Order: sequence, then structure tokens, then C-alpha cells
Amino acid sequence: MNKTGLLMTAVALVASGVWAQDDNQLVINGEIEIITDAPAPEYISGLDTIYSGWRFRQPAMQQLEMDDFENPASLAIDDAVEQWSMVEGSEGKSCASCHEDVEDSMAGVRAVYPKWNEGAGEVRTLANQINTCRTENMGAEAWKYDGTQMTGAEALIGMQSRGMPVNVAVDGPAHETWKKGEEMYYTRYGQLELSCASCHEENYDNYIRADHLSQGQINGFPAFRLKQNRLIQTHNRFKGCIRDTRAETFSPGSPEFVALELYVASRGNGLSVEAPSVRP
Amino acid sequence: MRRTLIAIAGLGLASMAQAQEVSPLNVAFDEYGEIAESLTGTPGDPAAGQKVMATKSMGNCVACHQITGLDAAFQGTVGPSLDGAGDRWEVAQLRGIVADAKKTFPDTVMPGFYKVQGFIRPGNAFTGKAGTEPLPPLLNATQIEDVVAYLVTLKE
Ligand code: HEC
Ligand code: HEC
Ligand code: HEC
Repeated sequence: MNKTGLLMTAVALVASGVWAQDDNQLVINGEIEIITDAPAPEYISGLDTIYSGWRFRQPAMQQLEMDDFENPASLAIDDAVEQWSMVEGSEGKSCASCHEDVEDSMAGVRAVYPKWNEGAGEVRTLANQINTCRTENMGAEAWKYDGTQMTGAEALIGMQSRGMPVNVAVDGPAHETWKKGEEMYYTRYGQLELSCASCHEENYDNYIRADHLSQGQINGFPAFRLKQNRLIQTHNRFKGCIRDTRAETFSPGSPEFVALELYVASRGNGLSVEAPSVRP
Repeated sequence: MRRTLIAIAGLGLASMAQAQEVSPLNVAFDEYGEIAESLTGTPGDPAAGQKVMATKSMGNCVACHQITGLDAAFQGTVGPSLDGAGDRWEVAQLRGIVADAKKTFPDTVMPGFYKVQGFIRPGNAFTGKAGTEPLPPLLNATQIEDVVAYLVTLKE
């Protein structure tokens, strides 16, 4: 489409009350380029282009994610850095004892999670893997699945993959779990009978009251939510979205949410990891 | 049946109105999703209906729809503008759409405001906990009739 064509489309969209997601580019700290739109993976029939949630936010909020000094998640990151080398549990070890420098050992990890774990014969989320390391490798207590420490550790590990494209495996041994997640995504839960797709596929870019609907991508998770003034974990977000359909929701860490996370992550294959993101 | 109900309700006007109310479990939709009979037997109040539509804890229709004549900030864009709805639809159609829109638009995202069962993982309002069917309807019969009375006035 030529420039005039684009302009006219934009005018038409604004006139009909629909506000297209913007064309802003996300570059963090002036150096990490984030891919915020990409062609939809071929197994997603309802979308042509996938967009990061960042593209639907107001410029002032977008700005908070462009500079780590402004990102309100930075305090949680500081705590997580300290935690990384904190010795805990019966084995007298910290994460650093085995994984050394988080920047080297965890680069690229977030981008491929949730991931099939051969030994355990199951799909593991990053949080599941961290807790397995705590209980089995450190002899320490598992963290609360969506608690402060876990979410902080996820944000720290996630950061080491910023700019790298999300690339979770949807076939092979993970496929069965992925299919379950896909089914959940299109299930119309609760008294309002709404599926994830009702809002984030059929209606992204529309407004539901004052909320500008995004595609509900998780490439930016954990996300710092200004409304809650803390980092929010993926399953926490899922829980809230299902609760808002007046449904009985699922619990963070449940097999259902693990499957849903794998599927939703795969809808973002091709977008960059941008954790920790900043959201309203 | 109806006779007995009326007889039982002979105690007072208020309870009589209640007895004549059509329960969410007994609504008579026709094959097009219309409801010919009023759910209350009394005419709705358009002013009250307008309030139900604009109020978040009630109908919150403006979460999805725009209505020019309605004073509510942040009207959503998920559904069409309701301006002129009174020209496009008959009363029976409007009542059917508000009570259970899926009987008129099969795949719509619009919730059924007088539907109480047949849900997947029904919840107890917004608590995230399980609810027991039949759930209380999102709007009661009077509110539905009030909303319908207001929609009828939306002419262009
Ligand atoms: C005693 C050594 C040890 C300690 C201590 C340890 N881990 Fe691990 N960790 C491992 C091993 C071994 C693996 C590979 C496991 C596998 O593939 O099943 C691993 C895998 C991981 C992975 C997945 C990496 C990938 O590429 O998939 C993450 C994330 C991780 N650990 C985080 C942590 C965190 C966070 C801590 C501290 C809370 C921690 N680990 C403590 C040994 C350890
Ligand atoms: C009634 C509409 C609705 C439904 C149904 C819904 N959501 Fe949401 N969701 C929202 C709104 C509103 C937001 C906040 C604005 C936005 O990013 O879309 C949101 C945000 C999100 C986000 C955060 C996106 C970001 O970039 O920060 C994720 C992830 C998400 N939803 C996933 C889901 C999943 C998975 C489901 C299905 C289980 C679901 N949602 C169902 C309305 C909905
Ligand atoms: C979750 C979003 C949503 C909510 C909330 C909602 N609607 Fe709708 N409504 C829709 C959509 C979408 C349509 C278009 C029908 C379709 O899906 O094909 C619609 C259609 C309609 C129509 C017919 C439109 C026309 O042609 O004039 C009426 C009337 C209507 N809605 C009234 C209401 C009323 C009254 C309420 C509140 C009690 C309400 N709606 C709440 C989404 C919604």
C-alpha cells in the first residue's frame, strides 16, 4: 500500500472509532532492538500479524520500558541479582554455584520456555524449572509459584534473552500439551462465555470500556503492572483474565495453565523477549 | 399454573408482580431468538434502563457499545453503535438480544443477560471461585425490560 493509502486507512480507522496499534519502535537502553511485530506463525489461523502488547500502550507508558532506569521493575531485578548468589538449602548452594554468571548461563533460556524436559517427561515452565533446581539441586524449599521471589528470578532470567525471538517448540513431545492449551484458548468460559480468542484474537485493537485490547502476548512477562505496583507472573494474568469472565478460574502452576502458557507463548513465536515489560 | 401463582400472590401488589415475572429458566424464545412476551408484564422505564446500560456494576453495555445520547466516558468498540437500534429491531427482537444474544447472533461475544445455566466452569460472580447453576442472571427481569424500553427510544 502506498503512503496515501495508508493514511486514508488510518483516517478511516480513527473515524470508525478504532485506533490501530501504533508504529512505534521499541529499543531498550538505546541498544537492544525489540521485534514488536512479526508474521503470525502458520498454526495460528486467526491472525496475520502478531504484535507485542507494548504497541497498544500509551506513549508515556511505552517510554518506561525503553530505559532500565525508568523501568519500575528494576528494584525487583536488584533483589533477584542478590538472590542469585544467596546460599540456601541442605546442599549449601546458590544458583550461582552451578550456573555462575546469570548473563552468560541464562542467555536464550526464556525464549524457548515452556519446554519439554526429557528426564521428567513433561513440559516445564521456567518457574517449574527454577523450583526443580531449588528442591532437587539445592535441597531448598520451593518458592510460591507466582510469589515475589519467583517472579523476580524469572524477570532476571528473562532479561538475559531480551531482543531474542521467542521460539518455543510446538511439535515433538510437547505437542500434546500444546494442543490442550490451544483448546483452552478457544474455550468460552464463565457466565460471560468469553474465550481468550473472543478478546485477544477477534477484538484486539478494540476498546473494552477504557482498555485497549492487545493480542494478550506473553513475550513481555513477567510484566510490571502499574495498577498493582509489582511484577505480575504469566499465570497470574491468565487467572485474572479467566476470573473476569465470571468463571471458576485455574491456579498458578496448574497443569492447565502450563499448557495454556505453552500455547500462548507459541502465538508469539517471532516476537522478541522483552521481559520485564511495563503495563497499565 | 399461572392461576395458582396469582392466587398465592394475592397477598400484596409487590409479590404479585414478582409472581408474574418470567423466570430465566422459562423464557419463551421463538426460532429467531425473539421473546414476544414481556418478562414482567409491566412497561419498562427507559430512564432506569439508560442507567443500567451505563453502570459498570449493572449492564455495563458501554463496555462494548457506543451510544451517542448516553453520558458515559470510555465507550467500548467491541460491539456496534446502538444509535438507531430502535429503528433496526422490533421490541421482541431487542428483548431476545438482551436476554440471550446468542439466540440471535450465534457466535457473538455479547453475554446473555438473562441466562443462568449451561456455562463452562461457571463462577461465583468475579471471585474466581466456582458458582452453582442456575446462577443469578446478570440483570433481573425488571432491568431487562427497562433496558429494552430505552433501546426502543434509540431512533435516528
Ligand atoms: C547443584 C546445581 C544447581 C543449582 C544450585 C541450581 N541449578 Fe539450575 N540447573 C542445574 C542443572 C543440572 C540444570 C539442567 C537441568 C535439566 O536440563 O534437566 C539446570 C537448569 C536450570 C534452568 C534451565 C536452563 C535451560 O537451558 O533450560 C534454569 C532456568 C535454572 N536451572 C535456574 C536455576 C536457578 C534460578 C537456581 C537458583 C534458585 C538454580 N537453577 C540452581 C543445576 C543447578
Ligand atoms: C473480556 C475480555 C478478555 C478475555 C476473555 C481475556 N482477556 Fe486477557 N486481557 C484483557 C484486557 C482488557 C487486558 C489488558 C489490555 C491488553 O493488553 O489487552 C488483557 C491482558 C492480557 C495479557 C497481558 C498482555 C500484555 O501485553 O501485557 C495477557 C497475557 C492476557 N490478557 C491473556 C489472556 C488469556 C490467555 C486469556 C484466556 C484465558 C484472556 N487473556 C482472556 C481482556 C481479556
Ligand atoms: C462483550 C461485549 C458486549 C457487551 C458487554 C454487550 N454487547 Fe451488545 N453486542 C455485542 C456485539 C459484538 C454485537 C454484534 C452482534 C454480533 O456479534 O454479530 C452486539 C449486538 C447488540 C445489539 C444489536 C446491534 C444493532 O444492530 O443495533 C443490541 C441491541 C445490543 N447488542 C445491546 C446490548 C445491551 C443492551 C447490552 C447491555 C445490557 C449489551 N449489548 C452488552 C457485544 C456486546
